[in-house]
Amino acid sequence: MQTVYLDSNATTRVAPEVTEAMLPFFSELWGNPSSMHFFGGQVAKHIDQAREQVAALIGAEPSEILFTSCGTESNNTAICGTAEAQGTDWPIITTRVEHPAVLQPCRRFKEHGYREFEISVDGNGEPDLDAFKKALGDGPAIVSVMWANNETGVISPIDEIAALVEEAGGVMHTDAVQAVGKLPVDVSTIPVDMLSLSGHKLHAPKGVGALYVRKGTKLKPFMLGGHQENGRRAGTENVPYIVGLGKACELARMAVAKNEALVANLRDKLESGILATCPDTRVNGANAKRLPNTSSISFEFIEGEAILYHLSDLGIAASSGSACASGSLEPSHVIRAMGIPFTAAHGTIRFSLSRYTTEDDVAYVLAHMPDIVERLRRLSPFI
Amino acid sequence: MWDYTETVLDHFRNPRNVGVLEDADGVGQVGSLACGDALKLMIKVDSDEIITDATFQTFGCASAIASSSALTEMVKGMSLEAASQITNRDIGDYLGGLPDQKVHCSVMGREALEAAIENYRTGGTAERELEGKVICRCFGVTEAEITRAINENNLRTVEEVTNHTKAGGGCGGCAEEIEDLLEAAAETKTQTDAEAPSRRMTIVERLKLIQETLDREVRPLLQKDGGDLELVDVAGKTVVVSFRGACSRCQVAEFTMKDVVEAKLREFVDDAIEVEEEK
Repeated sequence: MQTVYLDSNATTRVAPEVTEAMLPFFSELWGNPSSMHFFGGQVAKHIDQAREQVAALIGAEPSEILFTSCGTESNNTAICGTAEAQGTDWPIITTRVEHPAVLQPCRRFKEHGYREFEISVDGNGEPDLDAFKKALGDGPAIVSVMWANNETGVISPIDEIAALVEEAGGVMHTDAVQAVGKLPVDVSTIPVDMLSLSGHKLHAPKGVGALYVRKGTKLKPFMLGGHQENGRRAGTENVPYIVGLGKACELARMAVAKNEALVANLRDKLESGILATCPDTRVNGANAKRLPNTSSISFEFIEGEAILYHLSDLGIAASSGSACASGSLEPSHVIRAMGIPFTAAHGTIRFSLSRYTTEDDVAYVLAHMPDIVERLRRLSPFI
Repeated sequence: MWDYTETVLDHFRNPRNVGVLEDADGVGQVGSLACGDALKLMIKVDSDEIITDATFQTFGCASAIASSSALTEMVKGMSLEAASQITNRDIGDYLGGLPDQKVHCSVMGREALEAAIENYRTGGTAERELEGKVICRCFGVTEAEITRAINENNLRTVEEVTNHTKAGGGCGGCAEEIEDLLEAAAETKTQTDAEAPSRRMTIVERLKLIQETLDREVRPLLQKDGGDLELVDVAGKTVVVSFRGACSRCQVAEFTMKDVVEAKLREFVDDAIEVEEEK
């Protein structure tokens, strides 16, 4: 059975070039980069190189890049490190559609006496800018807004929000885990103070991430107990993975513009094909600017987990914003925040492509999707 | 992915008895689009009150579809009387088990069956009526339904109640009320148990069973650590034991008693037993 992988927002295939770049750091160059001897010391320069590669992809200075263990750690570091540095005077402002790795740390500080605001989004998944202005009206704040949404691919007006935060004298963090590598991201032109990225979303392995921290940003370390990363993130560097992340960022930088168009073209084919062959189907966030690789589609009157299992039987890997697949009982917080009608919310499927997706993959899905939808609708008491 | 049994996957992939049953004698419909799952069960009943045919339509996940399909297979050929005895556990067992978070799919099956039988008998509404106070407003689950699930399935935690009935699985605002219902049900149960002994045993049989349980289930565990225990007295629901050897000096003897001796005696003899130590 062929495998059609359309779940790249969950994780991506490690690029063969990345695997190759990592291998020497398991077999020969396994020293500790902090060591005061040649054997460890020779490793340190490879970390420097990776730092340069990551910085180059997002328009940062190498000294502004911290390596972490994952996107979640980057988000936690940014929010907890700034909240602790600023104290309870500064409110924390975020949106209702953030990843839990942002929402939950923000809510933790609310329990600790911080003021916390979660800005709503409209039917397209775009945050309410007036609400941001209002929340920022009292002065500086810690603001965390995702660059692009993991479930719908909807892109936030990050430049406008960052400008508002800058004006208010606050600190702006963006969870760009889904954006980096898929879109051009340049912190030299957009005034964000911190940006999270994750290795395994851009063809590096799981277990490595990075946090961009603009020079001068106050941040208390989240991980304590070592001088690594200039004292900003303790813990012996995960050298092979950091090298892998560097390589993945280099590959992304060379190809992001070209891939953006190619992937968007395939995604559009998939989307328009499904809309044309499956009645009572809608694309979530269709009128917003979206990531080129993501399509969130709601099939009315049928349930997402059932669709996923039928897709899986055919070798197609996708994911669902529906309740049953995740073990919770309600549709995802993103779908609910967008006010998707409940007739459709439970039948939401996310297809997320990558630069490895082919025309054949899309054709295969389009050949089977109408049958799956029809089979489940035949069972449904609402048709 | 869920750890579905092959039987669940088979009923999901090849659902039996799908569709509208023309001239159905009883129709039961539970759930809704908003809740994320819904089941419409249709039955035909002959003059001897035997269910001769059953079909379903389901909106829901793989296990909701499988539970519905299994239910129709189970009830076909069954008398109404026997069908009315079917519990959600029977549906789960037929499927070789369901993941904890999916038990509510089998509860939905049982509810639809009850509604269909009710509809056949009284011609009453095919829609499930909300009896009494609604506890979970997200999914419209009533006090009566939750209490029933607690008693039938011996539920002890809010999470288990959510897995069975979905109550508390939305905003979670009713968690405290569910706690209260769990407590109330536990109290009622203790009272009922106290009034009616759960097994009809003579005092000699009872003593023998307690001694056997201690010998088989408890003493080998204690002996492994250089300790032992002796049965001193049995008075009503109270069992008095005395610890020997290493156990008599053990700092955590209280813990050992509660956790091992009492649990084992409750499991094998009587679930109202209290253990006391003779110092």
